[in-house]
Amino acid sequence: MTTTLPRVDDTATAAPAQRRRRALGWLAVVPLLAFVAVAFGLPAVAMLDGAFTAKDPATGATSYTVDNLTASLKGAYLTALLGSVKLSAVSAALGTLVGLPLAQAVVTSRFRALREAVLTASGVLANFGGVPLAFAFVATLGNAGVLTRHLGLTDKGWDLYSFWGLVIVYLYFLIPLMVLTITPALDGLRAQWREAAQNNGATAVQYWRFVALPVLLPTLLGGFVLLFGSAFAAYATAAAMVGSSIPLVTLQIADAISGNVLVGQENVALALSLDMVLVAGLVMAVYLPLQRRSARWLA
Amino acid sequence: MARLNPWRWGVLGLAGLYFLVPLAASVVFTVDVPGQGITFDAYTQIFSTDGFVSSLLLSLELALATIAVVLLLMVPAMVALRLGAPRLRPVVEVVCSLPLVVPPIAFVAGIGTVLKWGPDHLSRTPLFETFVAIQNPDFPFVLVLAYVVMALPFVYRALDAGLRAVDVRTLVEAARSCGAGWPQALVQAVLPNLRGALLNASFLTLALVLGEFTVAQLLGFQPFAVWIVNVSGSQAQLSVAVSVLSLLVTWVLLLVLAGFGGRTRTASRG
Repeated sequence: MTTTLPRVDDTATAAPAQRRRRALGWLAVVPLLAFVAVAFGLPAVAMLDGAFTAKDPATGATSYTVDNLTASLKGAYLTALLGSVKLSAVSAALGTLVGLPLAQAVVTSRFRALREAVLTASGVLANFGGVPLAFAFVATLGNAGVLTRHLGLTDKGWDLYSFWGLVIVYLYFLIPLMVLTITPALDGLRAQWREAAQNNGATAVQYWRFVALPVLLPTLLGGFVLLFGSAFAAYATAAAMVGSSIPLVTLQIADAISGNVLVGQENVALALSLDMVLVAGLVMAVYLPLQRRSARWLA
Repeated sequence: MARLNPWRWGVLGLAGLYFLVPLAASVVFTVDVPGQGITFDAYTQIFSTDGFVSSLLLSLELALATIAVVLLLMVPAMVALRLGAPRLRPVVEVVCSLPLVVPPIAFVAGIGTVLKWGPDHLSRTPLFETFVAIQNPDFPFVLVLAYVVMALPFVYRALDAGLRAVDVRTLVEAARSCGAGWPQALVQAVLPNLRGALLNASFLTLALVLGEFTVAQLLGFQPFAVWIVNVSGSQAQLSVAVSVLSLLVTWVLLLVLAGFGGRTRTASRG
């Protein structure tokens, strides 16, 4: 491209021009990197440092220790961490199980409008979390919610502010996220594969068992960990809905930061945050290679 | 293949129910108050309720500032990566994806710790003034800093997709050989071609900031999302009504965005 332009087809002028351009590139990227170093790097370093620091209440001297980390993996903190993992795993599994048939129903539909509508709605709903979502469900299934009142659900033992209540609420943004993730892979399933399977006498179940599912597996697993990470990091929905009656790691950290617990627990909150970052990092480490693998089939 | 089967309609019907009932029930909840019958008070009260206007304005100001900062940082960097520093590209990609690995609650725990350094260690230095200034409750700039970081992954992806569609190098060189300076080439040749991507990035950032609760609540500020939660204790109907409205606004924004994205995609294909 560049050689067709008269300004740079001379190698003698091309070299300085290129160098100038490279310098300009650095100049434009440096503010971004500097910003991230301050706005993201400083808090990250502070979190790491705090997670490994203990302050002696008597002398005020600080020292490095792993006490905070061990404390964050014990007692109520461990319960909260496990509670978060369990909630995220159950919601992500259900989201995957429901999202797959829903996406399949949409992808194989003859109506283009339906497909467009569902995908657009999924894009919107997948970004729908936080406070409005919590209130929508409180108004529907909460103690004074419309469905609770009209169907008398309280007498039947229903309680929105419980583990399963949270699962139902989380699915509201996890299922659309799964539909968005899995649709490209479902589009990648060639009609010829199904025809070839049928010509060889395979039933629909055999086709899914031996052809479609193995191809979809990386995407399904990738989607699952993505959903898991999304549910694991969620805070606003649970905070607006249940306060801190359900043990979740995000709620525990929030409590510790706002000083609702014993003095000196702030650093345990930082250690808990570090635990969360490790889990989230693990999720990404699983997700990215899986996504790359599934991309092979879509080419 | 494309036969009409009851299984498909069953799946779609159930999904439709699950996704529509909470929305419908929220509207019913705000309109049909037990003991009062049908009333639209919850909606008419919104504007006169204490804190609504100020918290909404605060959120909008924060959103505008965040969009301005994130675009000013990202657009020159992304364009420059295409032009002259391809070797920096993986660095920028990793840097912009890092915030995905840190959940907002962990991030705010870190920010809180940094802000505590102010009174603890820096009270005699001019830096202390900065720490106080960025925590001004009228316009907490520290939230803008946090939101820019949280928006980086989305803005990166939006701009990257937009830049993929145009040949920046040829555009700039054409503009330069026509006698344009660097700033002029950037503003008059490159930016108009990125209009879709810029809008996309701005809308995503706007939606993120308007709905953000975690960081603002834990740092003790009161933009829109925090205000709704605070008001929900005393006025349940009102808080659901505001949620319904804010949902509608966000959805219209995102739908406009989806429609816009779809149209530009077909336009560039045709």
